[in-house]
Amino acid sequence: MLINHPLLGPRDAAEFTCFGDASLLLRPDPGPNGEPDQAAMDAFHDYLHLRDNPAGTHQELWYHEQGDRSWLVVTRDTINHSIIKVELARNVKARNLKTREGAG
Amino acid sequence: MRYSVFSILNQALRGNTGWKPVWREPEPRPAYDIIIVGGGGHGLATAYYLSNVYGITNVAVLEKGYLGSGNIGRNTTIIRSNYLLDGNEPFYEMSLKLWEGLEQDFNYNAMVSQRGVLNLYHSDGQRDAYARRGNAMILNGADAELIDQDRVRAMYPFLDFDNGRFPIQGGLLQRRGGSVRHDGVAWGYARGADSRGVDIIQHCEVQGFIMEGGTCVGVETSRGPIRANRVGVAAAGSSSRVMEQAGMRLPIESHVLQAFVSEGLKPIIPGVITYGAGHFYISQSDKGGLVFGGDIDGYNSYAQRGNLPILEHVCEGGMALMPAIGKARMVRSWGGIMDMSMDGSPIIDRTPIDGLYLNAGWCYGGFKATPASGYCFAHLLATGEPHDNAAAYRLDRFRSGAVIDEKGSGAQPNLH
Ligand SMILES: Cc1cc2nc3c(=O)[nH]c(=O)nc-3n(C[C@H](O)[C@H](O)[C@H](O)COP(=O)(O)OP(=O)(O)OC[C@H]3O[C@@H](n4cnc5c(N)ncnc54)[C@H](O)[C@@H]3O)c2cc1C
Repeated sequence: MLINHPLLGPRDAAEFTCFGDASLLLRPDPGPNGEPDQAAMDAFHDYLHLRDNPAGTHQELWYHEQGDRSWLVVTRDTINHSIIKVELARNVKARNLKTREGAG
Repeated sequence: MRYSVFSILNQALRGNTGWKPVWREPEPRPAYDIIIVGGGGHGLATAYYLSNVYGITNVAVLEKGYLGSGNIGRNTTIIRSNYLLDGNEPFYEMSLKLWEGLEQDFNYNAMVSQRGVLNLYHSDGQRDAYARRGNAMILNGADAELIDQDRVRAMYPFLDFDNGRFPIQGGLLQRRGGSVRHDGVAWGYARGADSRGVDIIQHCEVQGFIMEGGTCVGVETSRGPIRANRVGVAAAGSSSRVMEQAGMRLPIESHVLQAFVSEGLKPIIPGVITYGAGHFYISQSDKGGLVFGGDIDGYNSYAQRGNLPILEHVCEGGMALMPAIGKARMVRSWGGIMDMSMDGSPIIDRTPIDGLYLNAGWCYGGFKATPASGYCFAHLLATGEPHDNAAAYRLDRFRSGAVIDEKGSGAQPNLH
């Protein structure tokens, strides 16, 4: 697989380490005043352990460990391994946070 | 028909014209006591033990492809019971004992071959860890021997003992481990279940669950709805896709694992060898091909094929362990989709939905588990209570904290 790095251009996927579902970027809040209540515990359990694991389009974290050490969000099809989109993780995170705040 | 010396002689005299298909091809009935989703090794073994041990024969196994099309026909066939943790070792030792009696039990030649599994160690620290693991195995009634370099040399003189970076110091040997003809296992269990009246229905994909008042009372399939009192899902790499239809998210990611086979060679490797300084395992099939593999590719996949970097990585492991392998030509490779769980251990449990049960999360070690997995899942489905040896494989252990993490690598499935 070739990952089209937004800063470096196409790079061999073997230079990266895959860290799984990009939803890991959005860690849930620890609960009111940092004291986790049941809802916060549930949210953290789901965040840490449960996955959508879709057959099809999947947004995932790839770390350019043997490259520039940047974190990318790669949108990839898990059925045929084709790569649809590559973005810097920090941009995706900023966007997600905005949506979360907007929703909250 | 029971297989015996007499049936073989009898057929030989009649030109082998009297052999019959070993299971029926029934049409699905409208309802069963129990439906098993997935006709892989675990689903078929579950049906076998339900009908042969627990006396429940009104059972259907629904398989979306053909028997043996999943991981049961794709694995590298290694069986062993060399686990460390309490939640695991009694279960895997139960499985190994079931393997030992399996062929007599289901009257089918699955070519169970206890040729020995040797895990090599390359440092003092690794030796100590293996000594601890061996002791845990022995405490659970399994066999284990810690052997030094001389004894490894006597078994496998061609290994690279004096490798500059990872010299071989010795190994942990489980003589009762070995290999089994993998698709023979599926066929043997299928035949044994079918002969008790279990309907094995191929080319029947489960596409949804029938729910009434929050209880699961059957499945929607590509061949119409089928009702059941209890539904057990054993869909291996497709577990998340199947359970999504019941609105559940699982602590599982699906990953691809590849296997590789060389051209047929004269006998050179009598047992199974695993490399301790990288992930590489090798054995020789009865046809002479070297069968080997290593790590999963490391990214989510449902493609049933992997990429070249892992091929290179696995071959490097092979070359570091036994340089002679470089002269053999590789002729085949393939991939299978593994249900990698968050702690590397499986799940055999009820779900929060009444009537729906789950058998999943086998990662890349589920072949050796086939007999015990089927037995324990049958026990759960028949009695409603977990089998003692599988009581730790709970779906809610990630919430309670009672995880079974052999590798200690945490909630990152591609590291298990
Ligand atoms: C390359 C490779 C090497 C391996 N090596 C080893 C090894 O050496 N030792 C070891 O112990 N383990 C090994 N494993 C792991 C082992 O093969 C699996 O853990 C085990 O086979 C999984 O259980 P199963 O046999 O029931 O799976 P499968 O045979 O995959 O059965 C699941 C079945 O469910 C069916 N299914 C899925 N969705 C549906 C649906 N919606 N409706 C109906 N049916 C459905 C599938 O078609 C499939 O047939 C290896 C795996 C691979 C891929």
